[in-house]
Amino acid sequence: MEIQFILNKKQVSVEVGPDAVLLDVLRDLGCKSVKCGCETTNCGLCTVWIDGKSRLSCSVLAASAAGHEVTTMEGVEKEAARFGEFLAAEGAEQCGFCSPGFIMNVLAMFRELTDPTVEEIKEYLAGNLCRCTGYMGQLRAIQKYMASQKGENGMAAEKTPAEEARV
Amino acid sequence: MLTISDYVKAKTLEEAYELNQARNSRVMGGMMWMRLGNGKVRTVIDLSELGLDQIEETENVIKIGAMCTLRQIEQCEALKEMYGDGIAEAVRHIVGVQFRNQATVGGSIYGRFGFSDVLTAFLALDTFVELYNSGIIRLSEFVNRKPDKDILLSIIVRKSKRQFRYESVRRTKTDFPVIACSVVTGMVHGKETWYFSVGARPMKAALIEKQWEIPKDSPEEVIAEYAYQAAAEFNYGTNMRGSAGYRQHLAEVLIRREMSSILAEER
Repeated sequence: MEIQFILNKKQVSVEVGPDAVLLDVLRDLGCKSVKCGCETTNCGLCTVWIDGKSRLSCSVLAASAAGHEVTTMEGVEKEAARFGEFLAAEGAEQCGFCSPGFIMNVLAMFRELTDPTVEEIKEYLAGNLCRCTGYMGQLRAIQKYMASQKGENGMAAEKTPAEEARV
Repeated sequence: MLTISDYVKAKTLEEAYELNQARNSRVMGGMMWMRLGNGKVRTVIDLSELGLDQIEETENVIKIGAMCTLRQIEQCEALKEMYGDGIAEAVRHIVGVQFRNQATVGGSIYGRFGFSDVLTAFLALDTFVELYNSGIIRLSEFVNRKPDKDILLSIIVRKSKRQFRYESVRRTKTDFPVIACSVVTGMVHGKETWYFSVGARPMKAALIEKQWEIPKDSPEEVIAEYAYQAAAEFNYGTNMRGSAGYRQHLAEVLIRREMSSILAEER
């Protein structure tokens, strides 16, 4: 069957099987940031946004996405790269395999929660598993990123870690 | 692996019901559990465009459409106002935000899964289910019905002054519960009534009702005796997450804590 949906702000039309999952269709459309990590609907690696909400693309029938708006990390590249700098600066990652799904859920959290506490952050991100860190680096990166964003809004822009390095 | 030959986004409830009468048709909720199973489905029926994704509050009831997500009930102000933080507590440990943005209340209730926190929570309240063909029946009756070809349209919670508590034990965050207990109390026909629902035993949630008049200032030993009695009325099973005896012990502890918390608030 042919379905149409909006992918990263562009209308796309694609032929899908009735049991195709969105994850595979998105990868075939070139969005290689979307990956399958666990096969059991648990790890959060395949997180994309559907109509602005974080969802597990491994469990979404592609056919059901017809008429909706799908966003992958490729669609929020600049913001993801900016946050990624904070992750890197904290040494928060070893293999980086889980990062795309994690970053998508972090960015969704920034849109949904204002000034989340550490507990709120942990709860929001509980569905994103990372096998090679202890999550502390990620938590520091999130807090520093939030502080830098706040600074920007308050006109006292803090530098990103990369800008800092260049100074 | 699940294979599907045909996917239909139903235009009307009639269409969904008719399609579902075929032996190998299935209605999809969030596709969280169904996708992990094996089988060949001829037609999968998607109810997402039938307006079943709303929570409506009237003077007497809170009506939750079957396609509402777990995240919607977690964030529902009407449920919070009636029953406090208990409803959110019942779902917030389920996998993650992404999962709860997708898993549906209807899927969880219709499936009558042994691990269902959602079923355990709603079973203890004054809850009904609305079915396309069978009309409105009590959730406590629906829970023991064999799955058939009817379609679940909504979960209806009759509003009444009730205290609600929910607690579960998990081996690790975001995992299935080892045990899940819900305690509800309120005045029913002029009598103080307690409802206890225990799920993940590991069988699906069951409900017991007691007309117990418990003084608000009862000492902890007295409350513990009531909790012991309530927990002992359920049967428990053993699986990789825990033994029957361990589960019964946990149920007793959780029920005691929930009863204490309710009595303390009423003092």
